[in-house]
Amino acid sequence: MDALILVRARGLRKEYGKGEGLVRAVHGVDLDVAAGETLAVMGPSGCGKSTLLHLLGGLDRPSGGELWLNGRRTDQMGERALARMRRSDVGFVFQAFHLMDELTAKENVELPALLAGRPPRQARRRAIELLGQVGLAERADHLPSALSGGQRQRVAIARALANEPLVVLADEPTGNLDSAAALDVLRLFEVLHLSGMTLVIVTHDNRVASAADRVISMRDGAFVDELLTSGTTTGNLADFARIGG
Amino acid sequence: MGKLLLVWRLTTKDLRHRPGEAVLLLLAIATAATALTLGMALHGATNNPYAATRAATNGPDVVVTEIPGGPGNPGPVNAAALTRLDHAPGVVAHSGPYPVTWALVRARGLTAGAEIDGRSSAPSSVDQPKLTSGSWVRPGGAVVEGGFARALGLAIGDRITLGRVSFRVVGIAVTAAIPNYPGVCFLGCEMPGSLGNYNPGLIWLTQTDAERVAALSAEPVAYFADLKLSDPAQANNFANAYDANTSPRAPFLLSWQSIRNEDATTISNDQLVLITGSWLLGLLALASVAVLVGGRMAGQTRRVGLVKAVGGTPGLVATVFLFEHVLLALCAAGAGLLAGWLTAPLLTGPGAGLVGAPGPPPLGTSAIGLVTAMALGVAVIATFVPAIRAARISTVSALGDAVRTPRRRAWVVAFSARLPVPLLLGLRLAARRPRRLVLSALSVAITASGIVAVLAVHATDASPGFLAPNNPQNLQLDQVTSVISAMLIILAVVNAILIAWAMALDARHSSALARALGATPRQVGTALSVAQIFPALAGALLGIPGGIGLYDAAKHGGSTAVPPVSWLGAMVLGTVLVVAVLTVIPARIGARRPVAEILQAETA
Repeated sequence: MDALILVRARGLRKEYGKGEGLVRAVHGVDLDVAAGETLAVMGPSGCGKSTLLHLLGGLDRPSGGELWLNGRRTDQMGERALARMRRSDVGFVFQAFHLMDELTAKENVELPALLAGRPPRQARRRAIELLGQVGLAERADHLPSALSGGQRQRVAIARALANEPLVVLADEPTGNLDSAAALDVLRLFEVLHLSGMTLVIVTHDNRVASAADRVISMRDGAFVDELLTSGTTTGNLADFARIGG
Repeated sequence: MGKLLLVWRLTTKDLRHRPGEAVLLLLAIATAATALTLGMALHGATNNPYAATRAATNGPDVVVTEIPGGPGNPGPVNAAALTRLDHAPGVVAHSGPYPVTWALVRARGLTAGAEIDGRSSAPSSVDQPKLTSGSWVRPGGAVVEGGFARALGLAIGDRITLGRVSFRVVGIAVTAAIPNYPGVCFLGCEMPGSLGNYNPGLIWLTQTDAERVAALSAEPVAYFADLKLSDPAQANNFANAYDANTSPRAPFLLSWQSIRNEDATTISNDQLVLITGSWLLGLLALASVAVLVGGRMAGQTRRVGLVKAVGGTPGLVATVFLFEHVLLALCAAGAGLLAGWLTAPLLTGPGAGLVGAPGPPPLGTSAIGLVTAMALGVAVIATFVPAIRAARISTVSALGDAVRTPRRRAWVVAFSARLPVPLLLGLRLAARRPRRLVLSALSVAITASGIVAVLAVHATDASPGFLAPNNPQNLQLDQVTSVISAMLIILAVVNAILIAWAMALDARHSSALARALGATPRQVGTALSVAQIFPALAGALLGIPGGIGLYDAAKHGGSTAVPPVSWLGAMVLGTVLVVAVLTVIPARIGARRPVAEILQAETA
């Protein structure tokens, strides 16, 4: 296994249902994400990109194929091991933010550190530091209900970074935001990218995708195109156009 | 008319859509209604048997006793003093005075206290005990009161020892002149030494034999006489008039009504336990219904929105919600009344101390009204708040299935940050819904009270100073308390599952999120148990004074032994353990669903 490759998938499949009702959400995906790389996954709704992200982060189990994170095979891990992996190696950012309503911004951000067994003071210090980095130091004591959508997403990004993960997986991070808020979030991702963080972002937003090192297009559960930000097409654009048409 | 039809259709469709929940609601309320019906049905259940026994034995209207002992009456009593009442105004017949003494009785390996009534071999004109088997007293032959004989397991031909003298049981009889075992001392007892530890039963001997037992045991001799009045209904007034004389040498008089009431003690104790139990069950049913209705409300928000979106008024929404539960409560009241009426004869048997049957359970309009009111009260109280909430929620929020924001307890969040992960998550979960927490604690406290009451019965049975072997009052009380406790436990288990399920559903999102952030399924599952353990512990601890108070109230008098600490400790630990285990079921089921699926469902 190449040490530079942080995430690797081979023949990854996720299927729901049986017989005629079989749905192939992810169908034979091969993927390598290098450390420090920002990868954007694009495609129409229901093409399987969120499912792929959930499989990569161990939120769901694949029906077949192999999956590695940081050199460790994760598709065969038990629930406890997966939980530990999510705790230490993965940070999630969801479209719906998924903040705990009864916790303030700083309490939400410190939660992953507390779950990882960090001392409360250390967890709190880190939370305040991260909220400062995302520009929400002044809002640390606010409940999510008192924050705008963009601010909530920034809290969620801070939370994803709480345990200094190897990779941040973001599922439509700007999907619920207006343009200005989306731009703020985008800037944050750029900062993360520049700092060397590995990012896998599922998105519809071309602005987000344009900031990525590589953009993968998905259709019906499979990759149909791969585009480097240099403009090089590594996949078959013609196929993608035909399917899309 | 159209609106009524709409309410009816919406109600019946919803009931058909959720038959399981409807059955649970029905069961919870019907259980409480059954217990209350039983309690009401026991009222006056012994009146008929006592009247039959009084008629069969030509029972006295007034019993006169002259008992030695005490500072003002130390020496032997003068039997002739009783005869002065034979010709008192209103007295139309009399019998006695009979010598009465007390001794230890040993029979079939048991030792008990006995009150020995010395009688003539010839039948007496007033209070001739009715033989239920065998023959009347003769020299060397004893007749044992029915309830006492059953407690000691005696039959005709058995040998018993009274003091130092041996007798053969020649008969078993009942009387209306002296309350049944163990209430004999209601008329007064003088039992020095170790005899004083006993509640005696009644044994008839010949006068000569009775006096011989007293002489050999050096026990005091008292005298009892029986009077018949021209107007039996005036017996209380007659007795009270003479009892107003407080001279120590004055005889003590008791009316037949007082004896009848004492005979009803067993039943009235049962009645008190059943009525108290029914209110406890009612409270538990209230908790069940509140949890179920709250859960249904949470699950039906979108439906409420749909009804409103197509023109349903807030009033209509509230009416449908209330009507559905009122309908169920009425069915439950009917089922409870029927079940109580059918099972009442199992508890209203007169026992071996009286003859005759109690007759059909007396269920009047007031009893039916009370049971129905209780059932309706439970349904309305538990449904009112959710119904109003459903009426007031905006159509848009309802269509969006808006979830109530959980409560924030800043100090819990701060404190729990220092705890291990399961405790951290558990405490925060518990603090999210304080009302559910109170319901949970209340439910456990009610059940624990029932269990502690049963333990108190056993502890009192085992405690010194209340010796009455196979005391029928305690045995029946124990039985009734156990039945009530079993009902409480069943309802509490249902409640615990419902509450745990409601909590698991409510915590679905936060649990999934915690798992996404790195909590293991076991940590999340344990957290759900922890969230339930706090109220369970509080409830179990509250149940200790509750149960002792309950038993104390049911006994209305006498000493109540507090169950040993080890029993109470086992009860508390057992309760907490059972609740924890019950919570594991919904937690395990919840943990099976992939995190991504839950998080996506929540945002769909």
